[in-house]
Amino acid sequence: MLMKLLSGDRPGSPLLTVVLVLILVGLAFAPFLFPGSKPLETAARICIFIVLVASYDLLIGYTGIVSFAHTMFFGLGAYGTALGLTLGGASFAAAGLGALCGVSLAALLALAIGLFSLRVKAIFFAMVTLAIASAFAVLVSQLSFLTGGEDGLNYRIPRELTPAFRLFDEPVLGLRIDGKVLSYYLIFGVALVLFLALVRIVNSPFGRVLKAVRDNGFRAEAIGYKAVHYRTAATVLSAMMAAMAGVLLALWLRYTGPATTLSMEIMVDILLMVVIGGMGTMYGAVIGATLFILAQTYLQALMGLAEGATAGIPLLSALVAPDRWLMWLGVLFVLSVYFFPTGVVGRLRAGRA
Amino acid sequence: MSETLIRPRIEARPLAERLADKAPLLLVPLLMLGGLVVTGNPSTWATLTVAGLAMGLMIFIMASGLTLVFGLMDIINFGHGAFVAVGAFIGFTVLTWLSGWTAHPSVLMNLAAMLIAITVTMLATGLMGYGFEKVIIKPVYGQHLKQILVTMGGMIIAQQLIHVVWGPDALHLSRPLALQGSWVIGDAAIEKYRLVAVGIGLALFVAMRHVLKHTKVGLLVRAGVENGEMVEALGYRIRRLFLVVFMVGSALAGLGGVMWGLYQETITAHMGSEIMVLVFIVVIIGGLGSVEGCFIGALLVGLLANYTAFAAPKVALVSTIGLMVVVLMWRPQGLYPVVKAK
Repeated sequence: MLMKLLSGDRPGSPLLTVVLVLILVGLAFAPFLFPGSKPLETAARICIFIVLVASYDLLIGYTGIVSFAHTMFFGLGAYGTALGLTLGGASFAAAGLGALCGVSLAALLALAIGLFSLRVKAIFFAMVTLAIASAFAVLVSQLSFLTGGEDGLNYRIPRELTPAFRLFDEPVLGLRIDGKVLSYYLIFGVALVLFLALVRIVNSPFGRVLKAVRDNGFRAEAIGYKAVHYRTAATVLSAMMAAMAGVLLALWLRYTGPATTLSMEIMVDILLMVVIGGMGTMYGAVIGATLFILAQTYLQALMGLAEGATAGIPLLSALVAPDRWLMWLGVLFVLSVYFFPTGVVGRLRAGRA
Repeated sequence: MSETLIRPRIEARPLAERLADKAPLLLVPLLMLGGLVVTGNPSTWATLTVAGLAMGLMIFIMASGLTLVFGLMDIINFGHGAFVAVGAFIGFTVLTWLSGWTAHPSVLMNLAAMLIAITVTMLATGLMGYGFEKVIIKPVYGQHLKQILVTMGGMIIAQQLIHVVWGPDALHLSRPLALQGSWVIGDAAIEKYRLVAVGIGLALFVAMRHVLKHTKVGLLVRAGVENGEMVEALGYRIRRLFLVVFMVGSALAGLGGVMWGLYQETITAHMGSEIMVLVFIVVIIGGLGSVEGCFIGALLVGLLANYTAFAAPKVALVSTIGLMVVVLMWRPQGLYPVVKAK
């Protein structure tokens, strides 16, 4: 049963299994284990980014396509939902309709980009997607009557998902089950389903063809698989998954703006998460997203301590200032591309052999 | 000996084919003509055209290094933008040191200050390019995916180091006194700095063409772009040539950074990654690896951006994407592809 859920894709290392189970349990019981709003916020972000990063891994790790337009699809899902809720009022129907529009638009756009430019080489495609994504971001900030421009959109979500809503009169295990907790579990559940679907996809015959196309496109063509078709299909699938992650983000934050969905920084974050976790392993997305977001949230506090400790040394204290955490992540990123090209997961799996 | 030697015959290619080869050259004048029609007013048109040419040539300065590096080394440097930003900041520091010179009423002193700033910047970014190649890029030759990732990582680090050295805030970079303001020719107001930018850009293009077409180094570079292994086999150390070209490319990015910084008058650590979008569009339009294509692409992008910014401000950036799409539909490898699709 369990193996069926995971589509026969074992974590492949005892330590990795333990870590994954810890993350799963931590996320599943986050509201009970870590009371307070900041941990819940972090847990929800981790759930959303696991889906986003896993969907990107389908592209970069399993198909060998480097795209910089992933945040565009993420943003389409988020803006679709946000617009649905803004225009249609705080109902599930409006959110659903908006989400549907966002996801379909993402799929269509991915199809167009795929058919148009996947015939060219990797580097070319990377540059084309970078240009398209930045144009999209500019478009969103310009069409302020629709998207709120740089300020983004604030909107209300269905009452059942707000902190004002109480599911039970009595607290359960010492926790009042309010709309925020329900909202968290909605996100957790959907993220889990989407992640398992992605695991299913990469372990299907379709996923194996993707790997074949990645490893040797020429041979895959020779056997009779149309490489462009498979690449395009992977692009569309991954765009739809990213858009659904965007839907979750829009529901959770009750705010959608360029900084939270479309910015280049988020794109870089996704890239870092995929590489640190390990490309071409869905579990890498889980590890990468969790590590990165925990670091983003808690490392800065730690670096603040380091800054205080080195306050007397001029350059060093500037280097360990909390705002510089991204630099250390960049160093870690470059080093991990060199020395652990398969990321944390690949390293753990290799350690078993 | 027989008298009938077999002479090689060189057939003239059909006119249509030769015209098609030259067709991209016509794009720039055509676009200018289109701009004249859209703006309708010759003096506005002149202002916009000079602005477009200045912008295009500054982008050309940044893009030429990138495209040459790609052509020769088959490396796309996503960290190229970092050199642009670092160049702007170093230029800022030098110009601040020389603030006595830049505020001096004498034009000569102003130009000397700018020249010194440019020289120092190019030396510094060239050296930085040396380090970047040795540390960041060298281990990943021939692996495109890793190149993209690693150079992105390098850019993040460089941006953060700029924050460490110069602080996180945007800085104001003021032009030398003589280059502020504009000349009024007829009804058209032409900013002085834009003319300087056009001058520097054109001089660079002519110099680059000269080096590439008429010197031995240029010959080796062109041969290396065509077939690196063959050049190696003939006994030239192409690795060293790679490195020199990479350093020149980085120095050019630094030059572009100073000029772009003076053009915008505000510099941030992220300016590099912002301008890179335009640079990539230019490189794609031109055809990866081609300096001429890059030149035409840069002019097209600069002109189009300025015309559309005047006619329909909301679609300015999107218009350059549109241009890219149209060019790629016409010539999927760019205007003058040098590097065959690998």
